[in-house]
Amino acid sequence: MPVARLSHLALVTLACAASLVAATFADAAWLRQQRAGGMAQMRDLVEQLQLTDLCLFTEARYTRHLSQADLHSAFQDHPLGLEHFPTGSLVLPPPRLTASHERPDRETEVPD
Amino acid sequence: MNARIEKQKYLIDFTLSSLARRKAKNLGLLLVYTLIVFLLASVMLFTHALRQAAAEVLVGAPEVILQRMVAGRHDLIPPGYLERIGRIRGVQHKEGRLWGYYYDPVVKANYTFMVPGNQDIAAGTLLVGAGMARARGLAVGNLISFRSYSGKLFSFTIARILPHDSELVSADLVLISEADFRSFFSIAPGYFTDIALSVANPLEVRNVAAKLSQQFPDSRPILREEILRTYESIFNWREGIVLALASLAILAFAIFALEKASGLSADEKREIGILKAIGWETGDVLKMKFWEGALVSLAAFLIGYLAAYLHVFRFSSSLFAPVLKGWAVLYPRFELSPVIDGFQVATLFFFTVFPYAAATLVPIWRAAIADPDAVMRG
Repeated sequence: MPVARLSHLALVTLACAASLVAATFADAAWLRQQRAGGMAQMRDLVEQLQLTDLCLFTEARYTRHLSQADLHSAFQDHPLGLEHFPTGSLVLPPPRLTASHERPDRETEVPD
Repeated sequence: MNARIEKQKYLIDFTLSSLARRKAKNLGLLLVYTLIVFLLASVMLFTHALRQAAAEVLVGAPEVILQRMVAGRHDLIPPGYLERIGRIRGVQHKEGRLWGYYYDPVVKANYTFMVPGNQDIAAGTLLVGAGMARARGLAVGNLISFRSYSGKLFSFTIARILPHDSELVSADLVLISEADFRSFFSIAPGYFTDIALSVANPLEVRNVAAKLSQQFPDSRPILREEILRTYESIFNWREGIVLALASLAILAFAIFALEKASGLSADEKREIGILKAIGWETGDVLKMKFWEGALVSLAAFLIGYLAAYLHVFRFSSSLFAPVLKGWAVLYPRFELSPVIDGFQVATLFFFTVFPYAAATLVPIWRAAIADPDAVMRG
């Protein structure tokens, strides 16, 4: 009985793994179809209730409604009230807020 | 042609036997390498799918939200604002929204109380999100009491639980009637949390926002496109935890590749010396080591990517949940709709497979061109 060669074993295993990776694209398409109902339901709910944000982080108001937050909300509990919620380090404030705060600084051509 | 393929197969046979001689070290290497790919691929798949979901779902968000600011804080919209906004040309529809936060000391969770504009909720009843129902163990028909900020106790009956499939947007929602909301939060009639507007011509949205800012200097308009942009850049590679994870993984990978590139162990050097002494050419040694790098890196990439796909789309990114949850009690159970960006996968492949394969070749080439006797003597 011929002994299986290591090279054959390795190449077949890699080919199987590569096919599985390719299959993830097909699986993704199938799952997308399966979960389309849920997505449509969420879209409807957002439209009906006029929601503005994803409910990803419920611990702080400025991360629960990320798009509605202002730049001071993380620090406004009291002066020197440093931002302390873990999600504050996961996400930064909306780009529109930081952009408008950084601009004057960056536009200054001559330093004082 | 066949002879060439056969030669490569023999080289692979030899490489695998050589790897098997240092089993523990090589398996450890494969494990670490796979873990790095798994981590990077999980973050990549999760953030991309989440951004896509946000773009798809929030497309129905209000076109313009008008907030009022007092001393840098979000404040209630006083009576009269809605009427004045109606006079701005281009505003098609305007509606005062009533919503706010409530901290439930029983389970230490935050809820979002909201009055739905388009449906009537009977007084004394609530529609709650599936996440909130789970946290409080609620079912339809149950009674629940909340102590309001004024100290009064309010009891409500659960009329409906929002669908589980929509938890990503509704896990913490508590929908309540307008009258109940106003008495619970002691908000006088005519006051609103903010105003949602729709504009007749989509090209006019920015103009309408500019007019709103002019006419209501104490207000802040937030456009739908800004909401979408906020979620487009959520978990950006350049910020927060993703940056921390990515830099750690890249650092680990760099140490890993550097260790490979900086030199060979005495065993490996001796092996190359012996191979050259028995007649192997420099090219053969390089090809053998190329196969070693290629097999290890390919295996690590394929296993790491497959595990990441299963983790994110079949097991609901369960390893990320504790990180995303933070101190929150409520966390939505959601299944992301898989969207895989082929370009991202290709980039991950390029940056994880090629540097390693290249890093293994450099020291081998240095050893392989040296005199076999000198290499064997070290």
